[in-house]
Amino acid sequence: MTLSTPLSSKFSYSFSWVGMIGLAIILFWAVIALAAPHIIPYPIGEIVDEDYFGPMSGKLLLGSDYLGRDMLSRLMMGARYTVGISLAAVCIACFTGTALGMAAAVIGGWFDTVLSRFLDALNSIPSKLSGLVVAAAIGSSINVLIVMLAVIYTPGAYRFARALAVNVNTMDYITVARTRGESILYIIFSEILPNIIGPLLADFGIRFVFITLLLSGLSFLGLGVQPPYADWGALVHENISGLPFGAPAVIVPSLAIASLTISVNLLIDNLPTKIRDRSV
Amino acid sequence: MRTFVLNLIVHRLLIAGLTLLIVSFAVFFATAMLPGDTATILLGQAATPEAVAGLRAAMHLDEPAVFRFFRWLTGLAQGDLGTSYVNNVAVADLIGGRFVNTMRLAGITTLISVPLALTLGITAAMFRGSFYDRFVTIMTIGVISVPEFMIATSAVLVFSVYLKWLPALSFANEVTSFWQVLKVYAMPVITLAFVVSAQMIRMTRAAVIDTINTPYVEAALLKGASRPRAVLYHALPNAVGPIANAIALSLSYLVGGVIIVETIFNYPGVAKLMVDGVSTRDLPLIQSCAIIFCIGYLALITLADIVAILANPRLR
Repeated sequence: MTLSTPLSSKFSYSFSWVGMIGLAIILFWAVIALAAPHIIPYPIGEIVDEDYFGPMSGKLLLGSDYLGRDMLSRLMMGARYTVGISLAAVCIACFTGTALGMAAAVIGGWFDTVLSRFLDALNSIPSKLSGLVVAAAIGSSINVLIVMLAVIYTPGAYRFARALAVNVNTMDYITVARTRGESILYIIFSEILPNIIGPLLADFGIRFVFITLLLSGLSFLGLGVQPPYADWGALVHENISGLPFGAPAVIVPSLAIASLTISVNLLIDNLPTKIRDRSV
Repeated sequence: MRTFVLNLIVHRLLIAGLTLLIVSFAVFFATAMLPGDTATILLGQAATPEAVAGLRAAMHLDEPAVFRFFRWLTGLAQGDLGTSYVNNVAVADLIGGRFVNTMRLAGITTLISVPLALTLGITAAMFRGSFYDRFVTIMTIGVISVPEFMIATSAVLVFSVYLKWLPALSFANEVTSFWQVLKVYAMPVITLAFVVSAQMIRMTRAAVIDTINTPYVEAALLKGASRPRAVLYHALPNAVGPIANAIALSLSYLVGGVIIVETIFNYPGVAKLMVDGVSTRDLPLIQSCAIIFCIGYLALITLADIVAILANPRLR
């Protein structure tokens, strides 16, 4: 498999310009999230404006929030929570879901049936509802949020990986590997995974968008990230009373979420088909 | 062959029942994980050991969780939703009128978004690749990629802050005239319709394009039929099943949307009740609301599957 892809062609992926714009915006937010504590103009808790819901100005580039704190600083720090929590959750969800999905496809039998039936059932709880129930029962610290988001999106990752792995599992080289007496772990990681990794990466991006949207939605309801921390959804939640005045404090965090999720979608839609559909 | 289809449908319904059982199990145990003793929390300062023991016995909290689960489940099946922890009112009474409100909101949204989405989806597929098609596709991707609350806040900004047509974020209780009803429902319905229609347009467009790509539509085009004729007379009748499936699936997005919309517009429905219940940790209320929404969601998904089975002529 690895031999059939010459090294030189790996560098010949041609990205469309729409995809490049998406990638640039994602990288922009990644840099902001990493560098935020060093580049914010004011401390996030400090009241710097005597007026609340102040407009955009030279001193406060994105205006002030409901207490007169600098919106730009709070937005930059918010990027850390929105991007960080979503990224942690999507990594756990995709790793668990993919590992279980490939195992179910290779092992088959009752293991596959029971696991599929159970995860499909979990998948039929609307995601926001699970969020509400967990927030009510356990509360919403950042660790709980990460685990909860991961658990909610594991069944989807499982279903996707299983469907891909089932296709690969019928190939001749898998039969050869089985006849050779290879272990299940070898078949999963050396024979199946390399052949479905492209579509899995695209699925990773889509699931990241789902998780970001769910996290923002929960925070918007006041049930996600709790003060003193604030992600972008929580920023909208705490400044919602500025909506009748059209304050930038409400609009800007929403735009930040939209820019991130739309960019990820654009990037994935414009991925070279070589990556996206390699085994489909 | 009819019995074959019937078997498939019965099988699908059995799966739905089994799923509902697993879901109620998950909902019950997620809420039963609450750290701390419910009886102690409820009694607060009056928590003498005797009072706690008495309340525990009265609420069956001293029984194993599995017994409590089956007690709760049988109660649920008989229409007994339990009693609210917060104000000691039967949960069924709390939900009653609000359920009608939520159904009304969902119903109006469906009535508006289904014709709208079908028209846009089918015409976009008919003129695939045109400027119109690309515009519709980009708009739907945009709506799908942003959180529901952003659509709601944008609607408020446009219709009440800039245009000043509708009141912002307030749900007036004193609705008397038809005009007021229209004003009150406009913003929640617009928001929900956007969310649901975007999904529906995408799926409808994909379903119609799938049918257009078949040889008999190509034959119709080669025979000299115009593009609208080929789509409307030759492709569409065969796409009815997938389209009905798309409608049922998209409507399941109502469940997530309604939670955000009822909260932001202060709409007196079940979802608002549930969100309020979460902040007071009123577990019986949350469990019941969660089950109601799960049943609604599951019903739509199962309906989508059954439509897909019925619409497949190869199974008939």
